[in-house]
Amino acid sequence: MQTVVEQIYRDMERRISGSPPGVCPVDEALNCLNLCRAQTCGKCAPCRVGLSQLADMLTQVLDGEPDEAILDRLERTARVIVATADCAIGIDAAQLVLTGLRGFREDFEEHVRHHRCLSTLHNPVPCVAMCPAGVDIPGYVALVREGRYADAVRLIRKDNPFPTACAYICEHPCEARCRRKMVDDAINIRGLKRAAVDNSGLVPHPKPAPATGKTVAVVGGGPGGLTAAYYLALMGHKVTVYEKRKQLGGMMRYGIPAYRFPREIMDGEIKGILSLGIDVKTGVDVGGEVTFDELREQYDALYIAIGAHTDKKVGMAGEGAKNVISAVDLLRGIGDGLLPDFTGKTVVVIGGGNVAMDVTRSALRLGAKKVTCVYRRRQQDMTAQAEEAEGAIAEGAELMTLHAPKRIEVDGDGKATALWVQPQIPGPIGSDGRPKPTDAEGEEVRLPADLILVAVGQGIESRGFTQAGVTIQRGGTLLADEDTRLPDLQGVFAGGDCVTGPATVIRAIAAGKAAAANIDEYLGFRHEITVDVKIPIPHCTDIHPCGRVNPREREAGERKGDFTCIEFGMTAQEARQESSRCLRCDHFGYGNFKGGRVEKW
Amino acid sequence: MVTITINGRAIAVEEGTTILKAAEDVGIPIPHLCYLEGINEIGACRMCVVEVEGKDRLVPACNNAVEDGMVVHTNSPRVREARRTNLLLILSQHDTSCTTCIRSGNCELQTMAADLNVHYQPYELRPERSRVDLSTPIIREAGKCIKCMRCVQVCDKIQTMNIWDLVGTGSRTTVNSRGAHSLADTDCTFCGQCVTHCPVGALTARNDTQKVMEYLADPEITTVVQVAPAVRAAWAEEFGLPKGTTAIGKMVAGLKILGFDYVFDTNFSADLTIMEEGSEFIHRFTHREDYSWPMFTSCCPGWVRFLKGQFPAYTDNLSTAKSPQQMFGAVAKSYFAEKIGVDPHKMRVVSIMPCSAKKAECTYEPFRDACGDPDVDVVLTTREMARIFKADRILPDKLPDWEFDSPLGTGTGAAVIFGATGGVMDAALRSAYYLVTGKNPDADAFTPVRGNKPWKEAVFEIPGAGKVRVAVVSSLGATRKLMEALDRGDAEYDFVEVMACPGGCAGGGGQPIHEGAELASDRGSLLWELDANMPLRFSHENPDVLALYKEYLEKPLGEKSHHLLHTDHHAWSMPNQL
Repeated sequence: MQTVVEQIYRDMERRISGSPPGVCPVDEALNCLNLCRAQTCGKCAPCRVGLSQLADMLTQVLDGEPDEAILDRLERTARVIVATADCAIGIDAAQLVLTGLRGFREDFEEHVRHHRCLSTLHNPVPCVAMCPAGVDIPGYVALVREGRYADAVRLIRKDNPFPTACAYICEHPCEARCRRKMVDDAINIRGLKRAAVDNSGLVPHPKPAPATGKTVAVVGGGPGGLTAAYYLALMGHKVTVYEKRKQLGGMMRYGIPAYRFPREIMDGEIKGILSLGIDVKTGVDVGGEVTFDELREQYDALYIAIGAHTDKKVGMAGEGAKNVISAVDLLRGIGDGLLPDFTGKTVVVIGGGNVAMDVTRSALRLGAKKVTCVYRRRQQDMTAQAEEAEGAIAEGAELMTLHAPKRIEVDGDGKATALWVQPQIPGPIGSDGRPKPTDAEGEEVRLPADLILVAVGQGIESRGFTQAGVTIQRGGTLLADEDTRLPDLQGVFAGGDCVTGPATVIRAIAAGKAAAANIDEYLGFRHEITVDVKIPIPHCTDIHPCGRVNPREREAGERKGDFTCIEFGMTAQEARQESSRCLRCDHFGYGNFKGGRVEKW
Repeated sequence: MVTITINGRAIAVEEGTTILKAAEDVGIPIPHLCYLEGINEIGACRMCVVEVEGKDRLVPACNNAVEDGMVVHTNSPRVREARRTNLLLILSQHDTSCTTCIRSGNCELQTMAADLNVHYQPYELRPERSRVDLSTPIIREAGKCIKCMRCVQVCDKIQTMNIWDLVGTGSRTTVNSRGAHSLADTDCTFCGQCVTHCPVGALTARNDTQKVMEYLADPEITTVVQVAPAVRAAWAEEFGLPKGTTAIGKMVAGLKILGFDYVFDTNFSADLTIMEEGSEFIHRFTHREDYSWPMFTSCCPGWVRFLKGQFPAYTDNLSTAKSPQQMFGAVAKSYFAEKIGVDPHKMRVVSIMPCSAKKAECTYEPFRDACGDPDVDVVLTTREMARIFKADRILPDKLPDWEFDSPLGTGTGAAVIFGATGGVMDAALRSAYYLVTGKNPDADAFTPVRGNKPWKEAVFEIPGAGKVRVAVVSSLGATRKLMEALDRGDAEYDFVEVMACPGGCAGGGGQPIHEGAELASDRGSLLWELDANMPLRFSHENPDVLALYKEYLEKPLGEKSHHLLHTDHHAWSMPNQL
C-alpha cells in the first residue's frame, strides 16, 4: 500500500510542477491546504480544527457570498495556528494561507466582492505562454514529427529570427510547465528545435514588404537588436545596426563560448538575417564618436539594445592585481579569437552563475592544470543551469561550494598568488528561497592561484545615453515601459538586457520583436508578420508514459581539450519519438477553443 | 477519399471529414450538445465520443478526422456508459427547474436527457449560483449554463465583439462578461446571437410579457401594438405551421383577441423611414462637402451600438432618421393620439420585434419626443409574442384572417423587405431614384444588394444625381471588416446598410430558435416574395404615409419631421464611451 501512495506522491510532485500558468491562487491555496489537512495527526486543536475551518472559509470565499470580514477572520485564524500548533504539520499549513493572503490579497478581495477571479488563461498552451517570444512550439514540434524541418524553421522565424541560436543555447523556459510533465516528463523542446535546424538545410527568408521610406537605427548588434532589425526590415523599413565591437552577435559571441554555440553556425544565422538588406556599422561607439542625438536626427526611430557588457567587482582587497581578470573581459577576447594560453596554470573562478561556468570550462580548454570554482552557497543554490555545473565537474573542474572569497593575496610585484576563502554554513532561507550563507566556525582556507577569474555579474554601459536624456534607474538599467518605449523621448525605444538587467537570449529576442511592432506603429504602419505553413492535424492517440530523450554530449575527457561543440543533435529516430510525445495543447484541451494559435502579429 | 467502417457499415468519405459528419451523412446521428458546425468544434461536452478500434480511450467525433481503415462504434457499451455518465455530470451542474424555464420544450439538454432515458440522478446537484441582472435585454442565468462555449464562439467569430469569455479558473471556470463585472458595463450590442445559439436557457432575452399583460388589463390605457416586418416571416414556426407560412392575418387576429386596441404594422413606419432617410441621403449627396462619408443606415439598434462603441468617430455618418420602431412610437403618441382623441400619457405602445437590441433602444433617454413619455413602452420578441398567444391558448390555425388597423397599418413591398439584408438599401434606392428623377425605377432594378452574402457592394446610376456606390453588410464580423476597410481607405462608398445579425432581422436575436438550423435565408426569401406580390412596392406611394405628411408632418426633413422622426445619436452614451 505504501508503495502505491509513494507513487501517487511522485505523480503529484510532477503534476504540481506542470501546473498551467494562470490558475486561481486562492483555489490553489485551498487545494494545497486540503492536502495538509490529510496529514494532521489530530492531537492539537489548532491544527485539527483550525485547518478545517481555514478550508471552509476559503471555500466560502470561492463559492459563497461572505462578508468582507471573512478575510480578517481567515488571517487571524491562520496567525493563531502558526503561533500555537504543536508541530510543523499545522504551522506550515497555516503559513501557506498567510503567505497567500499577503501575496495575492487582491485575488481574495475580488472573489469576496465580485464573486469573480482575477486569473484567466491568457494563453492556454503552456509552452507558448512561457516562451517570452511566444513561438508556436506545438506547431514546429508537429512539423518535426512529420520531417518537415524547413517548415519548422520558417514557422519559428515568424516569432524568432534566431531558431539556430535558440536550438543551441536557449534556456528553454517553455519546458518549465510542459503539460507532458503530468504524464512523465517535459518534452525536450530545445532538442527538437535543434533537430529542425540541423536537418532543414538553408531555408530562404521571406521577401520584405515594399519599402516604406522610413529609417531606423538599432544600437547594439546582439540577439535583441538584430531581432528588431530583422522584423523592421521585413516590414519594409531601412535599418542600420550600430555595433560597438568588431563583430555582431552581442553576448552570443562575447559571452557564450563556442563549445556551446559554434561560431560558423552563428555567423551563418546572422548572415541570413542581414540578407534582408540591413546595413551594419561595426566598431562604432554610440555615445562616443557618434552621439545619440545625431542618430535621433538622422533616423525616424531608434532602438537601443546595448545589452549589459560591463563587469561587476567583488569589492575585496587585491582585486586590482593584474592576474585577476573579469569573466567579461576573458570571454570578450575569446569572442574575437584571442585565445590566451593557460597551460600549466592553477585557476580560481569566483561565482556561481552560468558565466562562472563558462569561464571555468573555457579555462580548462585553454590548458589550465587545475580550475577551482569558488561559490559561497551550495551547489543547488547556484544560478547556473544544473547541466552547466555538472558538465564542468565532468570535465574536471573542482566546485568548492560554501566558501566565501575574503581577500586576494598579492605578492611584491602586484601579482595575485592566492585567494583566501572562509567556510560558510547555509543559514535562514531568504525571500528567493535560497539559504543565506554566513561565516562558519573554522579557519580561512588559502587557495593558491596563478590566475583569478571573477564572474559575479554584469552591468550596463549607459554613459552616452544619460546626457542625452535617457532615464537610468537604480541598478543602472534604462527606463522603458512594457512596450519598449522610452517615456520621455519620442521615437526612441529600448529593450533587452540594458532594460531588464542581464537576462537571456530569448528575452532579448522577445523585446526586439515587441520593439519592431511598436516602432512600426510609431512610424504609422501596422504591418503583419505571418507565415504560410500549414500545421499538421493532430493524431488522436492514446497517451502512454515514455522516457524523454535528453541531449547527449561528447565524452568529457575529449571535449575539454577544444572549443568544438559539446552537444550532439538528436538522431532521426530520437526526434520522431520525442516529437510524438507532444500532447498538442494547441488542439487538445483549451487550445482548439481559444488562443491555441497566434497566426500573425 | 478514405474508407472507414461505422457500426459495421463500410463507407467512403472525403479525407479530413470529422467522424461526426461522416456518420451523420450515412444516417447515423451521434448525440452532441456543444457542437456548432464550423463555429464550435471543441469537444467540450464529450457527448459525441465514439469507440475507435485500436484506441484505448474514447474519441470525440466532432473534432477528430476520419483516418483510412478506421473502425468506429457509436453505440458500444463503453460509449453508452460514457455518454450517459457525462450527461449526468453535466446535469448535476444544471439548474433543472425545467417547469419555469423559457426553453422548456426547446432545450437541447432536456431532449438529450429524455432521449438517453435519464431518470435518476446519482450525483449531488450543484448548479452555479445565478445572479440575474434584469437591467439588460440579455439575461444570463449561470445555474443553467452548461459551458458549451457556443455563446463565446458566436460572439467572437461571427460578431467579433468578444463580450463573453471564460472567467475564473479550475473547476469554477464559468462564462461571463469579459473584463467587466456585468454585461451592462460592456459594449454588448444586445444583438442576441448568443441567445439564439444557446442550447439551454442560460442566455435569454428578458421576458417582458407581464408588463404587456398589465397594460392590457388596465381599462384606462389605450394599447397600440406594432409588428416588425421580419416577425411575419418567422412567428408561425413557433406553432409548427407549414414552412413558408406568413399568416399575417392570423397574427393580427391573435393580437386583437389578446386585447390590443390597435394592431398596426411597423411596415408603415418603415415606409416613413424611407421617406426621411431617402430624402436625407439625397440632401447629403447633393451637399457632399458638408458631410463625412459614407452615410450609414440607422434602423438596426445592434449596429448603432456597435458603431458608437467600436467606431465612435463615425457617429455623424449615421442617418439621423430614427429606426422604424421609434418613428412609429413617436407618430403613435402624437399624430395618432390626436387623431383618435386619446391622451398620449394614457397610451402604451408595444412593439413585436425579431430583435433583442430593440429592448434597449426604446429606453434611450432621447426617445421621448411625442409627449415626454417613452415613445415605445415595451418591446417583445417574436418568441415572446408566441408565448403570450400560447398562454391564452390562441391557436393560429383556428384563427380568422384580420386586417391591420388603419391608418398606421399600411405598408408597401419596400417596407416588408426591411426584415432581410439589403432590403433597406433596396427600398431606399427605389424612392431615392424617384425623388431625384420624378419617375419610378423598375422595383427590381437593385437586385445586386439582395441575397445572403455578408458583404455586398454595387454601383447604381441615378440619372441627374450620378453614380451611387453602395454596400450592404450583415453580421458584426462583416461589419467590422467593412469599417476597418473604410478606416484604412481601402473602401469608399456613398451609402451603407448595416444589419447586426447575419441575414438581417430575419435572423434576428429575437426570432424563434431551432437547434442546428440557420433560417435567416429562408425567412428573408419569404419577405422578398411578399414584396414581389404587393400591389405597392414604393414607400413614396404608401397612401397613409402621404396622408400623414399632408395632414401633420408637411414634408420629409421638415420641422415636425425633424422633431419627431430624427434624432441626435450623440444624445445617449454607451457604457464605456468617454
